[in-house]
Amino acid sequence: MLAIQILTYVCIFLFLAFIVGRVVKYVKTPLHVRWELYPVAHEKGRAVYGGSIFEELEWWTKPRKLDRIGELAEMLREIVFLKGVFKHNRPLWYFSFPFHMGLYLLVGWLGILFLAALLFVLGIDLSGQFGVVLRYLVALSGYAGLGLTALGAFGLMARRIGNRDIRRYSAPVEYINLAFILATVITALVVHLSYDHWFQAPAAYIVSLIKFSSFDVGSQLPAGMLVELVLGSLLLAYIPMTRMAHFVSKYFLYHDVRWSDEPNPRGSKIESQIMGNFGLLMNWQASHIQSGKSWAEVGTSDMPKADDSGGDKAKEVQA
Amino acid sequence: MKGQDVRIKDVGKNEGRLVDLDVGDIPKLPPPYDNWQDKPYSEVSEEKRSRMDTSLDGIIGLRLPRPRSEAEKSELVAKFLRGVDKLFSREDNWTFLQPFLLAMENCVKCNTCADACPIFEESGRAEIYRPLFRAELLRRIAQRQRSPVAKALGKLTGADIDVTWEMVARLGESAYRCTLCRRCAQHCPMAIDNGMVSREIRKIFSQEMGISPPELHEDGTIKQLTVGSSTGVNQHALMDILEFAEEDIEDRIGMKIKIPLDKAGADILIMHNAGEFLSWPENLEAFAILFELAGLSWTLSTDLVGYDSVNYGLFYDDIQYTRVTLAHAQIAKKLGVKKVVMGECGHAHKAFMAVGDRMWLEESNIPRESALTLMEDLVCNEKIMVDPSRNDFPVTLHDPCNIVRSMGIVMPQRRVLEKICPQFREMEPHGVDNYCCGGGSGFAIMQSNNFPDWRMRISGRKKFAQIINAFEGKMDPSINKYVCAPCSNCKGQIRDLLTYYDAWNRHHILYGGLVELVVNAMVDVREGFLEWEFH
Repeated sequence: MLAIQILTYVCIFLFLAFIVGRVVKYVKTPLHVRWELYPVAHEKGRAVYGGSIFEELEWWTKPRKLDRIGELAEMLREIVFLKGVFKHNRPLWYFSFPFHMGLYLLVGWLGILFLAALLFVLGIDLSGQFGVVLRYLVALSGYAGLGLTALGAFGLMARRIGNRDIRRYSAPVEYINLAFILATVITALVVHLSYDHWFQAPAAYIVSLIKFSSFDVGSQLPAGMLVELVLGSLLLAYIPMTRMAHFVSKYFLYHDVRWSDEPNPRGSKIESQIMGNFGLLMNWQASHIQSGKSWAEVGTSDMPKADDSGGDKAKEVQA
Repeated sequence: MKGQDVRIKDVGKNEGRLVDLDVGDIPKLPPPYDNWQDKPYSEVSEEKRSRMDTSLDGIIGLRLPRPRSEAEKSELVAKFLRGVDKLFSREDNWTFLQPFLLAMENCVKCNTCADACPIFEESGRAEIYRPLFRAELLRRIAQRQRSPVAKALGKLTGADIDVTWEMVARLGESAYRCTLCRRCAQHCPMAIDNGMVSREIRKIFSQEMGISPPELHEDGTIKQLTVGSSTGVNQHALMDILEFAEEDIEDRIGMKIKIPLDKAGADILIMHNAGEFLSWPENLEAFAILFELAGLSWTLSTDLVGYDSVNYGLFYDDIQYTRVTLAHAQIAKKLGVKKVVMGECGHAHKAFMAVGDRMWLEESNIPRESALTLMEDLVCNEKIMVDPSRNDFPVTLHDPCNIVRSMGIVMPQRRVLEKICPQFREMEPHGVDNYCCGGGSGFAIMQSNNFPDWRMRISGRKKFAQIINAFEGKMDPSINKYVCAPCSNCKGQIRDLLTYYDAWNRHHILYGGLVELVVNAMVDVREGFLEWEFH
């Protein structure tokens, strides 16, 4: 069992490392030009039809009216109910929604298991009513999560295979991702429907991970349980290495791009960031660009004289 | 090959034309155009085909030169791959690095974008026009180029492609089959912007390989920066045009109006797309009448670049965009105006106010606003008096993507139309859900070879269908109808569409801007500003 425990620790570390790495990569990108897309959810009173503060006469003299509650509500609609897919791609939603809802429930399931394990390690008595509630929550979230994820993953796989438009653009890795998830949740479902109906083994396993103690349940542990633990650990490490980690990226796609409408008045922080960007040295090689100079220098320079580069030869042909 | 049969792996094949476009694949238009017969796409001459690449779909947009030797092919592929790398560099691409990186790494290929794209739909769902197609091709090239793991896994990740000249050429040309309308991005549940990816591909070709459509580069940004305007109008010609405009105003409404030029310290510097000066001077004249009668303090600039608000860099090249926008900012600063007002030009709105919001810095950061909001203030707050009965004919509104979807200016133009046009009716869908006119991202000015054929039959077809649907029941040619398009490029495209589909002669559908309707309704202006003549 020690080997599996070590594997789980390594996988947890890899999960965290790749997630943090992904976040850092996106956070460290320089501030880009404005490229928002309407509707922007935090436009108070205007998000419903896609309006912006640009609709105001002399908008720069008006206070920005932000609707953070509206933005939060829109985020919830998108995260929980997959509003975008529901609205624009209903056939996909029928599978994508249960799949994602299943995953959310499994995250909740893990969270409750972790909480229960932590309380147990801290010596808090879980034999009372609170413990019973936790027990039922674990069972409910566990079975619902596994069932919905399996259903959704199966449907998504079938759709990816059966729909010509999606199949054409799917690389084998996309099938592998779904198959991996499907294998993990089906294994877990079979194991817990057959042996460990109340998810006591995963709870005990988490306790052992928290306590750095051995996970000794004797010879009664079925092989399927070992497979579940191995697959679950590997899946945890694998997800952030793939596009399945889009739950992280989606934050940046919405908040840093689609809804990023923060104006840039004189003396703002945005202005100083952009001034820094203007000092970066560009290395583009086309003949109309002075390679090696800064954005500020190139942006305010006269056009360089044409040389005999490939691009200029191209222009002769284009005539 | 039929458009519906193409796969990504076919793009690199050296087998002539990838797709044979067939007008028979195009969906039917609604009545009374349901029996409309499109003429086949015209073939470019043999001589041109020997010089320029037509291997995507036989249409020439980019005017990509055909390499003359294998060595030249290899050199161009190497340049292209260097350009791919630079898109991932903060030094070379700080302007779009984050959205580009996010788009490259997170698409789940759900294809939700496909049904949002009017070009894909109106082509009869040709794969090469699917929003995902070119983005996925670039994604696989970048994976192969930049990720040793993906490259090692090869087929497993889709990175098992050989980057050939044919692939590069077709990818470059395909970037000019997207109008950058961003409707696909709006529909994407992940908020990935395949329109932006098309623009990034254009940047590789322009900024690294020195290849771009001459209409955008030599005759676009370069001409603007050196002559003063992408139309070729220099400062001398400008003075003639403005003199003509003053005379024309007097002829139309019997008023003498002097257009103020280079008036330092004016409240408003208005900047027009110089295309208006040549093709639609009534638009510039209407603004002059409106501003003078409203008693506004305003001016035009006659400085180099200052009388043309266009910035075609927005369509294909960040460096050219930066040069033009910084030149605009300097002119506004030099004149010391309180604000710059954008005339009726969609991409100029976005170039000045949205993208330019993070380009105009320090003392050059003069506030910019839309003429649409200014007109709303004048009309709806009754600073000018209007008589809507003068505009008592069916009017529909085209929403320029850059003004609506990219900037959120949705209601001001509607409130104006509701006040001055009793028969205003919406297109469906409209507002931020609108369809592009089909001339976006520079297409409206790309008039050479057989590109206009494609623009009329495919990229603009959805808009034409929307127009005739909006006028359902009013198609009788005895009823004058007006498509209001508050954007110069959109007007150019709609003019070409109405010409191609013969909609003026058959149904008396005219097009024009918003300010013309406003001035036509002004009680202080002699009746008949709007002339029902198609041009």
